[in-house]
Amino acid sequence: MIARLLSGDLPRSHALTVVLVIVLVSLAGAPFLFPGSQSLNVAAKICVFIVLAASYDLLLGYTGIVSFAHTMFYGIGGYGIAIAMHGIGANWGAMGVGIALALLVSLILAVVIGLFSLRVRAIFFAMITLAVASAFAVLASQLRDITGGEDGRSYSVPAMFRPSFRLFEQPVLGVSITGRILTYYIVFTSSLLLFLAALRIVNSPFGRVLQAIRENEFRAEALGYRVVVYRTVASVLSAGMATLAGVLMALWLRYTGPDTTLSFAIMIDILLMVVIGGMGTLYGAVLGATIFILAQNYLQVVMGKLSAATSGIPLLPQLLHPDRWLLWLGILFVLSVYFFPTGIVGRLRSGRLKA
Amino acid sequence: MIDFKQIDWVPPGLIVGMALIALPLVGDPAAWLTLTVAALAMGMMIFVMSSGLTLVFGLMDVINFGHGVFISIGAYVALLVFVPLAAWGAADSLTLNLALVGLAILVSMTATGALGYAFEQVVIRPVYGQHLKQILITTGGLIVVEQLIHALWGANPIPLRLPETLRGSFLIGDAAVERFRVFAIVLGLAVFAAMYIGLNRTRIGLLIRAGVENREMVEALGYDIRKIFIGVFVAGSALAGLGGVLWALYRQILVASMGMEMMVLIFIAIIIGGLGSVGGCFAGSILLALLANYTGFLVPKLALVSNILLMLAILVWRPQGLYPVARR
Repeated sequence: MIARLLSGDLPRSHALTVVLVIVLVSLAGAPFLFPGSQSLNVAAKICVFIVLAASYDLLLGYTGIVSFAHTMFYGIGGYGIAIAMHGIGANWGAMGVGIALALLVSLILAVVIGLFSLRVRAIFFAMITLAVASAFAVLASQLRDITGGEDGRSYSVPAMFRPSFRLFEQPVLGVSITGRILTYYIVFTSSLLLFLAALRIVNSPFGRVLQAIRENEFRAEALGYRVVVYRTVASVLSAGMATLAGVLMALWLRYTGPDTTLSFAIMIDILLMVVIGGMGTLYGAVLGATIFILAQNYLQVVMGKLSAATSGIPLLPQLLHPDRWLLWLGILFVLSVYFFPTGIVGRLRSGRLKA
Repeated sequence: MIDFKQIDWVPPGLIVGMALIALPLVGDPAAWLTLTVAALAMGMMIFVMSSGLTLVFGLMDVINFGHGVFISIGAYVALLVFVPLAAWGAADSLTLNLALVGLAILVSMTATGALGYAFEQVVIRPVYGQHLKQILITTGGLIVVEQLIHALWGANPIPLRLPETLRGSFLIGDAAVERFRVFAIVLGLAVFAAMYIGLNRTRIGLLIRAGVENREMVEALGYDIRKIFIGVFVAGSALAGLGGVLWALYRQILVASMGMEMMVLIFIAIIIGGLGSVGGCFAGSILLALLANYTGFLVPKLALVSNILLMLAILVWRPQGLYPVARR
């Protein structure tokens, strides 16, 4: 049963299984285990970023192509919801229209970019996606009438998702089930389903071909697989998942703006998550996203204390300043590319083999 | 000395053609002159920053996504000269001002060149021939160095004042032409001329060009292409530093991400120029800047995507770029 759900791709390591179960249980029970709006916010972000990182891993880890346009698709999802909700109103129809249009736009863009640049070389794709994504970000911040410009758009969501909504009269396990918690469970369930779908994709015959292309493009082509087509389809699937992740984030935040969806900083974050967690295994995306979001929210507190403790020493306090947390993750990133190309998951798995 | 018959005159013709078509559209010759000079200055800056990158790629198939930090570092290191010698910049003397800028450029280029050497040895050497890892590693280097700039110089933007005689504009007829832009154009042309002569008239230039065309053959003839490559990488990094100083003087405000901002334009310039081609990179940079300025004046909304449209148009026309390099 579990093997079927996971498409036969089991964690293959006791330690990894334990960690994954902890993450799953914590996220599933987050409103009850960690009450409070900040921790719920962190949990929702982790869910969405797991999907985002997993869909990116589909490209980076499984197909071996680097895209810098992943946040563009994420942003299209967010803006789809924002523009529909703002323009039509806070109802289910608007939500449906927003999601459908966002998916359509993502699909077209992904196909065009893919056919244009994937026939050449991986490096070309990386540069072209960077250029297209930055043009898109500029457009989003300049077309004020449609997107709300730099300020972005705040909008209301269907009544069921609002904080004032109560599902039951009585609190459950001491927590009253508000619209926020309901939204959280929608985000959580959708993320879980999307993640399982991604597992299904990479473990299908199609996923095997992608890995074959990653390992040896020439040989895959010689075996009769149209490399361009497979890569383009992979990039479309990945774009679609990223769009849905953007939709979930938009529903959760009830706000969409350039900084929260399209910025290059988020692209870097996704890259860090996938590489530190482990490229080429979707479980890596889970660990990477979880560790990264936790670090983003809590590492700064630790660093603030360290920085204060080292205040007498030159330079060290600046390096340990809470705003420099990305420095340390960046160093971890570079080291993992060199020494653990398979990331944390690879480490955990190889540890099992030795034992 | 240079065989003009061998040069493909279509891309330069495109540049001149674009400028001439824009003249009646803009209407006012003074505005046109201002726009054109501004675009040429911008194009020269893009060229100075991107020329090293395209050669590095052509020679060793190495792409450095962290190239942008050399631009930022170049700008910040220049502060070490501009701040203590602020009196030179405030003086109303062209000699002192130019000496100040020259000194800043020298210091920046030395620093970024040295950093380039270290970067090549430590970061890039282990990942030769692996594009995926190159992109990841150099992006990682970008994050780390950008954060180090924050740690060393603080996270706030730092203002930088242009030296006195480079401020203001010349008046040519009705057209105002900013002095700094003229300075940037002269410097950019000098860099292009030096690179052109260096690549075409010297022995080392011959080896570099041969290496871009066919690396194995140069190695088979007994030359150590690695040494040549390190040299090119250091020179490319130093040029990025020079570009950084110019870009800093142009923006007059320094932020750590200023180099990264330019990377998109730089990538587009080297793609439309043809990866590995210095001449293509020069033509591509100028085309890019001219089109951006003209559309910015005529149809401001279109200017937001003019870069991408130009890139698509050129890739449809010449999929390998303006000046295709053999084998690619």
